Amino acid sequence: MTPTFWTTVADTVSVICLLGGAFFAFAAGIGALRFPDLLARMHAATKPQVLGLVLVLVGLALRLRDGSALWALVLVAIFQMLTAPVAAHMVGRAGFRTGKIRDDLLVVDELSRDLDATRSRSQDDQQAP
Amino acid sequence: MSPFDVVVAVCSILLTLGAAFAIRRAEKGPSILDRTIALDIVVTAMIAGVALYAAHFRRADVVPLLVVLSLVGFVGSVTVARFAAVEPEGEGRVRTREEVAAEEAEKLRLEQEEEEVRRRRRHAAEDEARAAAQQATDAGVPEPGGTTPHGARATVEPEPDEEHHGGPADEETR
Repeated sequence: MTPTFWTTVADTVSVICLLGGAFFAFAAGIGALRFPDLLARMHAATKPQVLGLVLVLVGLALRLRDGSALWALVLVAIFQMLTAPVAAHMVGRAGFRTGKIRDDLLVVDELSRDLDATRSRSQDDQQAP
Repeated sequence: MSPFDVVVAVCSILLTLGAAFAIRRAEKGPSILDRTIALDIVVTAMIAGVALYAAHFRRADVVPLLVVLSLVGFVGSVTVARFAAVEPEGEGRVRTREEVAAEEAEKLRLEQEEEEVRRRRRHAAEDEARAAAQQATDAGVPEPGGTTPHGARATVEPEPDEEHHGGPADEETR
């Protein structure tokens, strides 16, 4: 168990992580190009993308082996995990409200059902008094 | 060439291809939200590229760049999503060069027509004013005190400046 052994292990793991992260970024690009609909493309842009970026950051941290850089990389990963859902939520909501979602590709559509229910209830309220 | 160089080359090819596909999607559209998503992917590929560079040269000083890039990509996509609106049919398409040229020519033609109409109206007004002044001086009986010529003079508009003919209109508001 020499230090060189552990540096070799770290470098090897970092190589695997970098390759995996680059593959996921590639997969996200393919998904964005080939998926048929806004929500499906959003899926490609959020899930594989964040996982790929986190893998690349882990690979970089294992390669740098530097304490101050490690915390900045943790910060980047946390930012990405916090912001990707928010951005995806905003894009999905805007897409739904402006009618860019293909209804035929949805398995369940709970939002439309709830919106219709709310609308009919508010109409009843208006008529009741 | 060490094994790590090979890994870096493979990774950069994968990242470049992923970013290229995303840019292709940004070009195809069809809506502004699809473009936002595609550009988000491009920004993340850029972050991964900078990380790869830092890993290759063992440079820890580019790590703040990663923080900045991740924040900028988030702000961009959220802002665009906030202002997304219902687009008219065909609006999300990138126009061809010919279409843009035709549109510009049409706009230029309308502007020139408008200018022509305005100039004609101004000339008519000037002629009318001149005719009225002529009538006033012809029919004007000199009243006691001789104020008529002075009073008639006041209704006549100042002579048009020759330099301004054909140039930009005086009261033009843009």
